[in-house]
Amino acid sequence: MEKFTTHTGVGVPLKRSNVDTDQIIPAVYLKRVTRTGFEDGLFAAWRNDPDFVLNNEVYAAGSVLVAGPDFGTGSSREHAVWALQNYGFKVVLSARFADIFRGNSGKAGLVAAQVDEKVIQRLWDHLDDNPGAEITVDLENKTVTTPGGEVEDSFDIDDYTRWRLLNGLDDIGITLGNKDDIAAYEAGRPAWKPVTQRA
Amino acid sequence: MMGCKLYSGGMAKTLSEKVWDEHVVRSTAGEPDLLYIDLHLIHEVTSPQAFDGLRLAGRPVRRPDLTLATEDHNVPTLDWDKPIADPVSKTQVDTLRKNAAEFGVRLHPLGDIEQGIVHVVGPQLGLTQPGMTIVCGDSHTSTHGAFGAIAFGIGTSEVEHVLATQTLMQAKPKTMAVTINGSLPAGVTAKDMVLTLITHTGTGGGQGYIVEYRGQAIEELSMEGRMTVCNMSIEWGAKAGLIAPDQTTFDYIEGKPEAPKGADWDAAVAHWKTLVTDEDAVFDKEIVLDASTMTPFVTWGTNPGQGVALGGVVPTPSDFDDEQDRIAAENALTYMGLTAGTPMRDVKVDTVFVGSCTNGRIEDLRLAADILKGHKVDPNTRLLVVPGSVRVRMQAEAEGLHEIFLAAGAEWRGAGCSMCLGMNPDQLTPGERSASTSNRNFEGRQGKGGRTHLVSIPVAAATAVRGTLSSPADLVSVEV
Repeated sequence: MEKFTTHTGVGVPLKRSNVDTDQIIPAVYLKRVTRTGFEDGLFAAWRNDPDFVLNNEVYAAGSVLVAGPDFGTGSSREHAVWALQNYGFKVVLSARFADIFRGNSGKAGLVAAQVDEKVIQRLWDHLDDNPGAEITVDLENKTVTTPGGEVEDSFDIDDYTRWRLLNGLDDIGITLGNKDDIAAYEAGRPAWKPVTQRA
Repeated sequence: MMGCKLYSGGMAKTLSEKVWDEHVVRSTAGEPDLLYIDLHLIHEVTSPQAFDGLRLAGRPVRRPDLTLATEDHNVPTLDWDKPIADPVSKTQVDTLRKNAAEFGVRLHPLGDIEQGIVHVVGPQLGLTQPGMTIVCGDSHTSTHGAFGAIAFGIGTSEVEHVLATQTLMQAKPKTMAVTINGSLPAGVTAKDMVLTLITHTGTGGGQGYIVEYRGQAIEELSMEGRMTVCNMSIEWGAKAGLIAPDQTTFDYIEGKPEAPKGADWDAAVAHWKTLVTDEDAVFDKEIVLDASTMTPFVTWGTNPGQGVALGGVVPTPSDFDDEQDRIAAENALTYMGLTAGTPMRDVKVDTVFVGSCTNGRIEDLRLAADILKGHKVDPNTRLLVVPGSVRVRMQAEAEGLHEIFLAAGAEWRGAGCSMCLGMNPDQLTPGERSASTSNRNFEGRQGKGGRTHLVSIPVAAATAVRGTLSSPADLVSVEV
């Protein structure tokens, strides 16, 4: 995974709450067996609407999504994270994230930065006044700022995920470093626990 | 370092804390716990990239004997004995078959007697047992919590992590109790109960919590009903939902193919009986509801928290205090093509879907057949009955339920997720309206432009007959 320290990019206002993963990418787009190419399904239903924010040229190259609360609810599909990344998003800002989406983001390297609902509103106001404006997300200092200093605030992300993203670390590699602990645990599991196949 | 320790007293704990603590492989300050996973369920949609990752890193599946795969999400429910017509779906299913063979994973493919929705298959095989940790790349894994297991959905990166290590790194969630006192009135089901709860909490109300459902109304539910409640834990944002195992649980498991036998059974039950929340344990949050006041409940909007009593009306957006809720309601009414103030019973429905991991078990089909017996599906409505597994389908046919469905004019299909998420050919067309026993009414969930009302089995069956949202009480009785 690539290291993430700070990112500056065009902010995209997505003024909806409860953007579920079926909105981010509908199920019919989930049939690929790769991790790439999912940008074609990103917000597929809304992309037909000429007024949808990503159809505005100013935002087409956006990389910082500024979304309403309860972003990423619903299905566990990591394809939702991949679709955002495949499109070019590096960061999603929201007042509340669904747990699985937040977890998937951390694993795949998308920064899910939680900010106060008022900060989202200020960013939306700022982007309304300055379409195409950039937003800087600094993971080291956990800050979200606009270059002109109109918005300067902090965001929340759990310390462990932040550390992993800053260092670009692979979870599985870290866990396999503790494989003796896993083996010791397995040795103590009760015999009556179910198995799916017997030797 | 900690060995595997079964819970044996000590500080007062909640049920979920006991199960969690029994599975901690490694715990370090400032890091998530490393949690052992007892059972990893797999399907075709969220696993191909995970197996690819293993292949790239040259890693094996650590415990194929704790892993089970089935084909469910995109399989057809018609012509399932023929090659899958959609080439992209076929590639995904073929990829699962190839991966299962290469990595030694047990797979129940289309056509196999144990094939079905992963959350129906686990319990019916007896693989889902109290006190386990169960994960799957599917958010409705919470279903298995009905047995007193910690069960939750994971993304594909985590699927790869579990395949490689049989563990997951997880921060310990907070605990919540949802106590549902009293008894459900006749004709009101577990589905109405959980839909009522979600409208009460909103879709984000459970975020960060493992929820224990308890109280008289929960204890009185069958295992199928408990699975329906736990299944929808994710719809109000909970990490997982679980119910303390009791005699109902033990009776359900006993004799199932993968259940413990003989002395193992006795040892297992002795342990399972300790899996209750200690009397003086403290939850981080508590919600209390009264089942005796609950009524048939349906959704009007585009998330599962936008619900109302079947006897109620489509709400007026300006009635919502919160601005985001008001905007969401306006958007939902536009999308759903509904007018504020319309009685829910006046809403005409094109398609009724009976099935899914929420309501696709044998008890659900029995209840639907019981209501449909002697009735005909409204000529302007179609009814799809999709059993949750091949075993459910066979059991229903052994009991003659399929004859009732077919006589009523319903379509009797093969097993799978089907129209719950419209990944296979079972989809709504733009503007088409469904009453669905599934779990999500998101925009486009059942097909692009489709409009979904989440309902219970009795409401689904009665709606199919009347063509408008209805309960069995609205049906003119027939001599049968």
